[in-house]
Amino acid sequence: MKLFPHLWIVVGVLGGLLLVAPGLIWLERRMLALWQDRYGPNRAGPFGLLVVLADTLKLFFKEDWIPPFADKFVFVVAPAIVVVTVLLSFVVIPFAPGIIVADLNIGVLFFLAMSSMGAYSIILGGWASNNKYSLLGAMRGAAQMISYEVFMGLALMGVVLQAGSFSLHTIVEAQHKIWFIVPQFVGFVIFLIAGIAETHRLPFDIPEAESELVAGFHSEYSGMKFGLFFVGEYLGIMLISSVITCLYFGGWIGPAFLPPVVWFIIKMFAFIIFFILLRASLPRPRYDQLMEYGWKFLFPLTLVNLLVTAGILLYMKS
Amino acid sequence: MFSIIRSMWITFMHMFHKRETIQYPEEKVKLPPRWRGRIVLTRDPDMGERCVGCYLCAAACPVDCISLQATEDEHGRRYPNFFRINFSRCIFCGFCEEACPTLAIQLIPDFEMGEYNRQNLVYEKHELLIDGPGKYPGYNYYKVAGLAIQGKGKGEAMNESEPVDVKSLMP
Repeated sequence: MKLFPHLWIVVGVLGGLLLVAPGLIWLERRMLALWQDRYGPNRAGPFGLLVVLADTLKLFFKEDWIPPFADKFVFVVAPAIVVVTVLLSFVVIPFAPGIIVADLNIGVLFFLAMSSMGAYSIILGGWASNNKYSLLGAMRGAAQMISYEVFMGLALMGVVLQAGSFSLHTIVEAQHKIWFIVPQFVGFVIFLIAGIAETHRLPFDIPEAESELVAGFHSEYSGMKFGLFFVGEYLGIMLISSVITCLYFGGWIGPAFLPPVVWFIIKMFAFIIFFILLRASLPRPRYDQLMEYGWKFLFPLTLVNLLVTAGILLYMKS
Repeated sequence: MFSIIRSMWITFMHMFHKRETIQYPEEKVKLPPRWRGRIVLTRDPDMGERCVGCYLCAAACPVDCISLQATEDEHGRRYPNFFRINFSRCIFCGFCEEACPTLAIQLIPDFEMGEYNRQNLVYEKHELLIDGPGKYPGYNYYKVAGLAIQGKGKGEAMNESEPVDVKSLMP
């Protein structure tokens, strides 16, 4: 009975995401240019928007090269994994009341599981390339994602404790009084840092590290396979931005003069632009510095945050 | 931690700075007068060719892009019969300009020489020669050189004394 409108939501979310993800190439280049006193692409079409089309067409026409020394099956499958897992994570994101593909009662866990699966893409891609730089990038990527995954999940627990639910829809509903960024500020900062590391964006782009590892795990990829890694990365940025919006910034909640979905999109894009600002301003830490920072500083901080939140909640209850 | 936020803030404020980019085809770049661009052959103030075909530019050229053939007219003036610069090889180093004893060959502030056909980058003498003295107005090589040409005998150049009669004992 409700199958047909639901199908519309699925198609709309999927189409919207796949349209916006390449558009982020344009956004990123324009924003980076803005912060580097340049103009960025501004020739093709209005504001240079057609550069997206040109980039995509170029990727389609590139030679789709599989190196003879690569493990062919894994090599082909790896780029698809990252896109599929990130798209699956979007299933649990509530864009507005009613606009959600599946309101799972363990939405947060599903998101964590799917974003961890994304690590396979990097590992398999780097391994199948049979290239030492790719393998180094893949190893770094795996270690980084696994270790930052730990306190990414733990940082979320503060929100889950306060909202009393794993469902993202319920978490957003619980923020009608106050956004969770206020009581959960430490958790927010940790989740943000872990989220950057999770999408391996600058300054945590250690698996790619074009100045040390050529392009890390995707140096052997070309054509649309490379394009899939690229789209996966941008989808990842959108995913982390929308999860942050849902968990800490009240999701679709906002003054009534704009529809809820618009509020959600505004908040999401604010975070996407913040990601680009990070890329424009910060240098990349060394690999061991990243690990040390994660395990020796962020991890204890997360545990303390969780403990204090739980303690306060218990005290309030009694 | 503070320095990270500060550098992000500085980067963010660059949004409001003036753009460095020059929107090229609509907006031209301002080139300094000594810019080493397109090569020209100049004339002296009396509209005679300055080039005397001494081959020094061709010898100085590190990429061998200049070729010429010297000849002499009926007045005794040397000039290049043909003068050819292959701009697809030229690296705009300006050595030819430095080597030129008569200030004939000069590099001017112009770089808009794009062509669709590579052959069109070979400039012949009539394309190189301009109707003016270029960067050195007033300089006329034959007016200051000791060489006798028609209309100017020995000792008649500027700042030149009468030739000494070596067969005489008188001072």
